[in-house]
Amino acid sequence: MTELQAGRASETLSAPRIETRSFRSRYRDILVALVAFAVLAALPFFFGSKALLDFVIRCSAFGLFATSLNLLVGYTGMISFGHGMFFGLGAYGFGLLMQRTGVPIPVAFVATLAITAVFAAIIGAICVRLKEIYFAFVTLAFQMLIHSTILTWASLTGGDQGLRGGIPRPVFLGIDLANHVHLYITSCALLVLGLLLMRQIAQSPFGYTLRMIRDNARRASFIGIDVWRAKLTIFVLAALFASTGGMVMALFVSGAYPEFAYWTISGEGIFINMLGGVTTFLGPMVGTVLLLILNDTVTRFTEYHGIVLGLVILFFAIGLRKGLMDYLLEWYAQRRDGRGERG
Amino acid sequence: MLDIRGLSKSFGGVKATDDVSLDFADGSLTAVIGPNGAGKSTFFNLITGALRPDSGQVLLEGVDLAGKSPSDIVRYGIGRAFQVASIFPSLTVQETMLAAVCADQRRSTVLHRRFPLAETRDRAEHAMELLGLANKRHRTAATLSHGDQKLLDIALALVLDPKVLLLDEPTAGMGTEERWRMIDKVRELWEAQKITVVFIEHDMDIVFKIAPRIVVLCYGRILATGTPDAIRRNEAVIEAYLGTEEHAEAVT
Repeated sequence: MTELQAGRASETLSAPRIETRSFRSRYRDILVALVAFAVLAALPFFFGSKALLDFVIRCSAFGLFATSLNLLVGYTGMISFGHGMFFGLGAYGFGLLMQRTGVPIPVAFVATLAITAVFAAIIGAICVRLKEIYFAFVTLAFQMLIHSTILTWASLTGGDQGLRGGIPRPVFLGIDLANHVHLYITSCALLVLGLLLMRQIAQSPFGYTLRMIRDNARRASFIGIDVWRAKLTIFVLAALFASTGGMVMALFVSGAYPEFAYWTISGEGIFINMLGGVTTFLGPMVGTVLLLILNDTVTRFTEYHGIVLGLVILFFAIGLRKGLMDYLLEWYAQRRDGRGERG
Repeated sequence: MLDIRGLSKSFGGVKATDDVSLDFADGSLTAVIGPNGAGKSTFFNLITGALRPDSGQVLLEGVDLAGKSPSDIVRYGIGRAFQVASIFPSLTVQETMLAAVCADQRRSTVLHRRFPLAETRDRAEHAMELLGLANKRHRTAATLSHGDQKLLDIALALVLDPKVLLLDEPTAGMGTEERWRMIDKVRELWEAQKITVVFIEHDMDIVFKIAPRIVVLCYGRILATGTPDAIRRNEAVIEAYLGTEEHAEAVT
């Protein structure tokens, strides 16, 4: 068989595969999401522990935030040090809308997303043209700007006291977010839906455009991709999911505090991504669970939890040189290849 | 037809491209030669939009592309490969081709469907076969050999169905044998695709053997254009570039 014939043979083999593969991968993801949601939703019936449900709600808030950051860091190669501003924006936007306007929760939710999109589009338009470290620092600067605005505009935001007096939660569609289990299920639903949507973004043609920009932005522009527009689009999309995480957090603590918009939130996002790894979609989710477990257990045993967390990140950064999921993936790939060679 | 008129570009006081006017007929094959720093790459960068010309026009079928962005110019039909293979290291050969076709079909921002799109398959497949990369489709670009990376770079330009293909030293960094294989491939592609090809090349043997038409650049200016025979006999070229007459004879 000549090389050309071999090429044709492989073509006829791979031709139908491409179409079915795309379909199958989407249905598989939806199935995984449904199963995950079912498991999470069943949890309260088996474990009555309020602490466990609280833990999952916090995981939802930070998981949405960290995974959206990975769309920028891992998929597009844009290291944002200011992504936390959208988390804060979500929390404050939602909290203020509920306290001051009395609109139904879904309306406040959508309105907060719209506000976030406007902010992200303006900030992104300024930032995304910048390269690497400049992008990182200017996003950080915007984060500090928003944080200090929240601190000084006390008549609106409550200043360093934060939004107090609780967030009203009128019942909508039979969902009562004042009820702890209802809040829990809603958080899980937002998490699973958010992850599913972000997964779709990552696996869409646009997701591959992002990978090309990460690998070689110059080349991407030479095959006709508008790099600036693509970067701005993902900057705004990622902000929407971070904002959703902020809203979950606001509902959880029934308020919003300046720390939600402080740069340390962005730092935690980067930290989570380093822990979990940026080469797999679920890496940041795994990182979120790890960090929250670490936080909760370490703070219980020692007041020097900062030192312990620092050592852990050093272990991942210097010891493994990658996140946990990256490490596991590589280990699995090596094992599979090893087996293939022997077989 | 690609028609360059009075193209100029200076860096500080240095004229990297100085009033260059050239035309490239449809389906022609042209080699651009010149000593280091002659402005060959700058010339390509000006045509493809990587650099903005100070003055002059780049007319492709009558449309002036000078000063447009690289992504716009690609859409008008000028494709380009680079001196150092410019690829996407973490994508596989097949993913690279499929994603490039996606971009060409203006589907690179599609969010609601899954990659790869079925309608991009045939063109991606065709390009891989043309460049002999079909059997390496699942290899990550970073793991390819130097020669295959250069081929992938060319495939990336070719998969967009350009009217004009600019190749910046397709044989850079290759051994003698590999050079000839690569240049045969370029010639084969030119004959098969019937597109306008312009390539930069250092190896005189290759240039004189392959290119029906040669452009000699020196200090950003056109020193001479013509057939290999005319270039070989051109005294200005012999003096400035080929050095001595003996060298010129040696090439003959």
